[in-house]
Amino acid sequence: MSDTILNIENITKSFPRVIANKKVTFDIKKNAVHAILGENGAGKSTLVKILYGLLEPDEGNIKLNNKDFKVNSPAEARKQGIGMVFQHFSLFDSLSVKENLILGIDEKMSYSDLENKLENISSRYNLPLDLDAPITALSAGEKQRVEIVRILLQDPQILIMDEPTSVLTPQEVESLFVTLNALVKEGRTILYITHKLEEVISICDTVTIMRSGEIIDTSSTSNQTAKTLATKMLGQKLDDLKTNYGHIKDEVNFEVKNISCDFNDPFLTDLKNISFQVRVGEIYGIAGVAGNGQSELMDILTGENINIKSGSITFDNKKIEKYGPQKRRDLSISFVPENRLGHSAVPELSLSDNILLSQFPKNNFIKNGIILKNNVDDFANKVINEFKVITPGNDAKASSLSGGNLQKYVIGREISSKPKILIISHPTWGIDAGAEHSIRESLIELSQNGTSIIVISQDLDELIEITHKISVIYDGNLSKPFKTSEVGIEKLGLLMGGKNE
Amino acid sequence: MNSLFPSIVSRSQSSGLMNFFVPIISIVLTLITGSIIFVLLGFDPFYALYTFFISPISSTYGISELFVKATPLALIAIGLSYCFKNNIYNIGAEGQLTMGAIFGGGIGILFHDTNAFWLLPLMIFGGAIGGALWGLIPAILKTKFNTNEILTSLMLVYVALYILDYLVVGPWKDPFGYSFPKSRPFSESGRMPLLFDGLRVHFGLIITLFLIFVSWFIFSKTIFGFQLKVSGYSPKAARYAGFNQTTLVFFAFAICGAFAGIAGLAEVSGPIGLLYRDISPNYGFTAIIVAFLGRLHPIGIIFASLVIALTYLGAEDAQLFLQIPSAVGFIFQGLVLFYLLGAELLINYKLTYKKLL
Repeated sequence: MSDTILNIENITKSFPRVIANKKVTFDIKKNAVHAILGENGAGKSTLVKILYGLLEPDEGNIKLNNKDFKVNSPAEARKQGIGMVFQHFSLFDSLSVKENLILGIDEKMSYSDLENKLENISSRYNLPLDLDAPITALSAGEKQRVEIVRILLQDPQILIMDEPTSVLTPQEVESLFVTLNALVKEGRTILYITHKLEEVISICDTVTIMRSGEIIDTSSTSNQTAKTLATKMLGQKLDDLKTNYGHIKDEVNFEVKNISCDFNDPFLTDLKNISFQVRVGEIYGIAGVAGNGQSELMDILTGENINIKSGSITFDNKKIEKYGPQKRRDLSISFVPENRLGHSAVPELSLSDNILLSQFPKNNFIKNGIILKNNVDDFANKVINEFKVITPGNDAKASSLSGGNLQKYVIGREISSKPKILIISHPTWGIDAGAEHSIRESLIELSQNGTSIIVISQDLDELIEITHKISVIYDGNLSKPFKTSEVGIEKLGLLMGGKNE
Repeated sequence: MNSLFPSIVSRSQSSGLMNFFVPIISIVLTLITGSIIFVLLGFDPFYALYTFFISPISSTYGISELFVKATPLALIAIGLSYCFKNNIYNIGAEGQLTMGAIFGGGIGILFHDTNAFWLLPLMIFGGAIGGALWGLIPAILKTKFNTNEILTSLMLVYVALYILDYLVVGPWKDPFGYSFPKSRPFSESGRMPLLFDGLRVHFGLIITLFLIFVSWFIFSKTIFGFQLKVSGYSPKAARYAGFNQTTLVFFAFAICGAFAGIAGLAEVSGPIGLLYRDISPNYGFTAIIVAFLGRLHPIGIIFASLVIALTYLGAEDAQLFLQIPSAVGFIFQGLVLFYLLGAELLINYKLTYKKLL
């Protein structure tokens, strides 16, 4: 008897402008955690979407338990024993856990049957759930648990997990790993999609590395290190980034004092007495799990929301808490919010036009209300060249760029105006490692040239890599700052989970 | 084997080609549906379509009439594009048109025995102000009280129509008009000059072409046009950019109202020459179709206004020669809009035939 559960042979899938999967071939062993490692855009998502019946391959075939496997929809895939937990949860926020579970299953089931089954699953796999809690009240980790339980109710042989740890605290990650181990012990197989190297080494048995749609290598994880995996994944050696404190001046140029803000909205987090200071040339990081007040704080820092209850923001000795975004830009404050599409850039507009979203006094883009197209185009070309944005030209629509390229473009736009302070949220969210590396490098370079930077990010590795000081936001409260070179990851993890001794 | 029905697949990028073809597709489908309706009514579809779409413009007079009808449609539609580009659904242009006619026409009635070069410009200015003020009411309600502009602008249409009604049967009634519900005629210098002897096409056409050109310039070259566009595509991006959205709403409504007001004034001081009850055969509503058929683009709107103007003329001819109610014209307008909204799907989606297993 073969111990292979899934044979993937010569799968090819092309889209209008890219080949997402090129003759992808590998086997997945039964009863193991199999990782698919690759940058964003390497073709991992395309592959799992094919497995889950969301996409149809152009060529190739798949065998499940040595039988031909072909599905046209996720429902069929689930029937055949393949379940998937997506990176972005598909839950109804206003319904309870129980209601979401009932809605998510294909066959009819009574509440009492469901409850029995749930109890069984919860205790067997370390997945405690409060059935009557509304989804809004849950943390990201709990929401993920709901998703996992929903899939387990249908008893899958193979469970696909797409970047499962991207929104979890370190503690939640650990509890997820306990669950995964229990599932494997039961004879299930887990296909683990990730770009995090440490996770591959700590919980996966086998790893398949993808790059630009092709399989680079499939091997056991026991003889791999983070370094060897990274080299294979990226195809090139990356310089190590080093935090340097030498260039920071003692002078504080941005100070937030006792900012409080009430929203009276269950979907928003009230901000409670937030204070911090940033010195000239310093990179200040704000860590935290999503939904703890980051986007609310970001809106207040950018001036998109100026309705604060109390507190002040001081920049270069000016009180700016009542200034809107344009007035702040006039003082050479620049910002990049978390969402590229529809917030820091308009997907329907060309790259050139997107330059005009963020104008600084010395840009010279407008004269008497008329757009000086040549100046805008020159600036766009400069950003494209200096930040190595891959695009056919400045007239390409922003929506045609990959996430990483567009982010490089947006950040390039802000950096090129040489701001005195850059406020940036999730600078490398959802982009590939190559772009990630170049963005982090440019942020560090910017700070060395005397720009202060505030980085709000969920990615702890990123903050530890580039920041000088770091605080954690939890439920609208901001912790005291720690020197990044001295604080331990465990301390930050505890703060992110709301444990403060 | 392929499946019988196509499935709808999202395009990776919206299709520029379809952007151009969608209006054409919807016109072709309208003609096909129209022929079916004619057949069901017992007419030879070719003769009926000929009567509807060809015979009205087979004379110089007919072409002049086409421009007479297209003028207000194009002018209102280009005004509406300021709102629609900004994702503001002002559907009260008919009311703004009426208010423009009341303000501008009121000046004409006040100076009914004056003949001076300044009278017409003053009336045009009055028309613009009247329309703009009427347009600002939904703008204020929207920005201050967050009301839905679709409802408020629509309801204000009826308010404006009743005000006009009251004026022409009450205070502004022509003292020599045998109690007909109409005002005094304007003086000669309060009338739009005719462009050609014996034809009704008037100076309003020149004003319209000029304002279309100005709007093209604003949409494509100025930061104001850019702000309208951004705030329409993504209010969040507009907020990030620091564009003042309240101001944009005010400007869009005011400009749209002013254009509709000028169109109303051009009607009463052009072909009509006085104020009475039915100054507009729903130009303000039909212009919504023109704006979308022209894809909010100045050149597109010029062509669309001609196509839709033709449905007005065709309806009159059809009534005369085929004894079909002129409401058939509205059916055609409705069909165009219906197919247009349906065909919009093709810009961002395509139809593919899935292989069956």
